[in-house]
Amino acid sequence: MSTAEIDQLARLLAKLPGLGARSSRRAVLALLKRRETLGEPLVRALREAFDKVRACGVCGNLDSIDPCGICASQRRDRQTILVCEEVEDLWAMERAQSYGGLYHVLGGKLSAIDAVGPEDLGIDRLMARIQADDVKEVILALGATVDGQTTAHYIAERLAGLAVNVSRLGHGVPVGGELNYLDEGTLQAALRARQKLTL
Amino acid sequence: MIEWRDEGIVLSSRRHGENDAILALMTFEHGRHMGLVRGGGGRRLGPLLQAGNRLEAVWKARIVDHLGHFALEPVRLYAAGLLDDPLRLAAAAGACAMVDEALPERDPHPRLFAALLTLLERLTGDAAWPEAYVRFELLLLAELGFGLELDVCAVTGESEGLAFVSPRTGKAVTMAAAGTYADRLLRLPSFLVLPVPADRQGIADGLRLAGFFLDRHIVGPVDKPLPLARDRFVSLWQARLDATDDAREDGA
Repeated sequence: MSTAEIDQLARLLAKLPGLGARSSRRAVLALLKRRETLGEPLVRALREAFDKVRACGVCGNLDSIDPCGICASQRRDRQTILVCEEVEDLWAMERAQSYGGLYHVLGGKLSAIDAVGPEDLGIDRLMARIQADDVKEVILALGATVDGQTTAHYIAERLAGLAVNVSRLGHGVPVGGELNYLDEGTLQAALRARQKLTL
Repeated sequence: MIEWRDEGIVLSSRRHGENDAILALMTFEHGRHMGLVRGGGGRRLGPLLQAGNRLEAVWKARIVDHLGHFALEPVRLYAAGLLDDPLRLAAAAGACAMVDEALPERDPHPRLFAALLTLLERLTGDAAWPEAYVRFELLLLAELGFGLELDVCAVTGESEGLAFVSPRTGKAVTMAAAGTYADRLLRLPSFLVLPVPADRQGIADGLRLAGFFLDRHIVGPVDKPLPLARDRFVSLWQARLDATDDAREDGA
């Protein structure tokens, strides 16, 4: 037996990615059992995040300051912008610790089925930013999907008249990947992007 | 349990929940058919569910009216070969989006399946594909009962000198019969009526011709625009054509 409050909390938690009906009820139980050490700190953290975290007005990243920490940093390469679909892609790039430039989060990709057109993405904002900030390179880090690459080609066309280098991430064999486990599409892309070995 | 096995071409897929996807396939025997793909939102099946890919599909459902679910195996993953070429990618996406928009569900069109397959083969090979694209769209119109009559002139009955199509009837008209009405008619590209290769302007005319009737008969009556993916292909083609014209004028 459970109360309406527990049901409501479980229903809301079940809407989160990775949680279903059963796991959300387990989460509710854990929160209520560990009220002081987990439940109340979680409520405070949620309140604080909702009050403070906003989308960066420059790049679309999520941060408690606007412009975000990345856009405000003077230690980053300010002449390179990496364009990605979602904030989670930005986080993935930051985890890799191999890119030191700025970002631009589109918030989606062109999609025929979902009727997402260029005006629905922040492409005009990106263009204005490139022209205003003397950007030298734009890296299109969009998914290797039909919609992702359609978006990449569209942005590349829009940038064609500007004095900016446009590149995209490579497609191919993942680190640790074995060829016999790869799908044929990835193998095709890897073969096309083969490189000369330097000794 | 109802079950069938067929070959299909991916038209579109849409995430369903966290891990699954709802797939629209253009199949050989069962027409445009939807189904749930368990794990379709994941890394293993994601590459398969790209528009234009050719798959072997097994569809199962408890009763025929259910959405059912697909089990899929790759036959030929065309999409991967198109990702680097904006025009070919736009053509493949445009053709798939057009079929997805135009065809009713579960209505077999084996000729259209074959034409889409031919188009994808040409797009990923060296053969001339723009002509195949225009013919594919005209076949789509014909399969839905709105085929154009391009063999003889609607006015004179002649089969030579055909140069226009009437936007009202969808029938061909000769240059002579068009007379002062020529500017109100749609241009008929010569490759559609004569054994001649298609030029760039002819392809643009063919796209305009097919687009006009697809809009009038297929999407217009249900108050929808032509798919964005098709618009993108047509505007890319026109941009390339304009760039060629500009270069020619600069050279002259």
